[in-house]
Amino acid sequence: MPSGRVLIDEERCKGCGLCIAACPQKVLAFSGKINRSGYNYVHMEHPEKCVGCAFCAMTCPDVAIEVYREKVAA
Amino acid sequence: MPVNTENMVKVFGRPESLTDARFTYCPGCHHGILTRIIAKAIDELGIAERTVTIAPVGCSVFAYLWYKCDAVQASHGRASAVATGLKRANKDLIVISYQGDGDFASIGTAESIHAANRGENITVIFVNNQIYGMTGGEMAPTTLVGQRTTTTPDGRDPAYFGYPIRFSELIATLDAPVYVTRQALYDTRRIMDAEKAIKKAISYQVEGKGYSLVEVLSTCPTNWHMSPLEANRHVAEVVTEAFPLGDLVDRGG
Ligand SMILES: Cc1ncc(C[n+]2csc(CCOP(=O)(O)OP(=O)(O)O)c2C)c(N)n1
Ligand code: SF4
Ligand code: SF4
Ligand code: SF4
Ligand SMILES: [Mg+2]
Repeated sequence: MPSGRVLIDEERCKGCGLCIAACPQKVLAFSGKINRSGYNYVHMEHPEKCVGCAFCAMTCPDVAIEVYREKVAA
Repeated sequence: MPVNTENMVKVFGRPESLTDARFTYCPGCHHGILTRIIAKAIDELGIAERTVTIAPVGCSVFAYLWYKCDAVQASHGRASAVATGLKRANKDLIVISYQGDGDFASIGTAESIHAANRGENITVIFVNNQIYGMTGGEMAPTTLVGQRTTTTPDGRDPAYFGYPIRFSELIATLDAPVYVTRQALYDTRRIMDAEKAIKKAISYQVEGKGYSLVEVLSTCPTNWHMSPLEANRHVAEVVTEAFPLGDLVDRGG
């Protein structure tokens, strides 16, 4: 499994939770912290489990997620 | 804690043709997913400089803020007529008309049908969320039988209000449209299908093939009184029964 990371724009996140449900690896969770718009934004609860599949980012209605994958030697 | 992405490659980011503006949509609303998909198609086809998007009246009234493209904000229901004018005035433009169900299938019925029947070389994205979202959740022509809205508090009774209109099926009876399809966004598989359909519809316009209609089953968690996740499930389990997914016409291949 490749290893991945996501960057969540905490100010864009509206705490809808759709990314949490879309993640097959159960990486994401509500942070319990509130952003300037008043939303409980999402963070990586289990970063080590991320495979960089981008399902979370595809699902995010606010385009708040960037996805990175470990470089694999060719 | 800052996330370290050193020595990693970016595999997903904001499409180049999206501006930095934050969407005005409610949490979990599919209008946002659809906006990203359209921007991604504009990027992949390399057409940002000659694209004009048309913002309707409805929750997507601010759609002119989202893309690094030219845009026109049309009055309610008239987006397909405005698209016709733009395209006929300048055939080099790529014209994408973005319209809600109240806009496209109710107040704009005449403009919508006749633009399709004339086979205008435009792309229409028809956002079917079975409700008038912006104005607070009144019945739309697409509202499901039995669905409660502010104007059908006891549920839509077809004996009084008629049945939900399957507008894409109506358009599919016409001779001119090259591509008519119904898509959804309730899970990653449907999102990927919708990405393909929207790119295909716009590429048909680029190739001069003619009119395309992409209906997208969308959610309105706020006026449906559901959580975003419940709204997704509702589309998957209930809405797709009334509005089946898939291509109705594809004469472009
Ligand atoms: C000529 C005119 N009539 C009525 C309205 C009020 N109005 C604003 S938005 C809207 C309905 C929008 O619903 P829809 O097109 O489904 O878009 P949504 O908000 O659901 O995305 C109505 C009736 C208006 N702005 N202009
Ligand atoms: S990239 Fe895939 S595994 Fe990683 S958080 Fe997103 S959905 Fe989960
Ligand atoms: S899908 Fe986007 S807006 Fe919704 S909780 Fe996840 S990051 Fe936030
Ligand atoms: S009212 Fe409904 S359609 Fe409009 S932004 Fe909110 S959830 Fe989306
Ligand atoms: Mg609507």
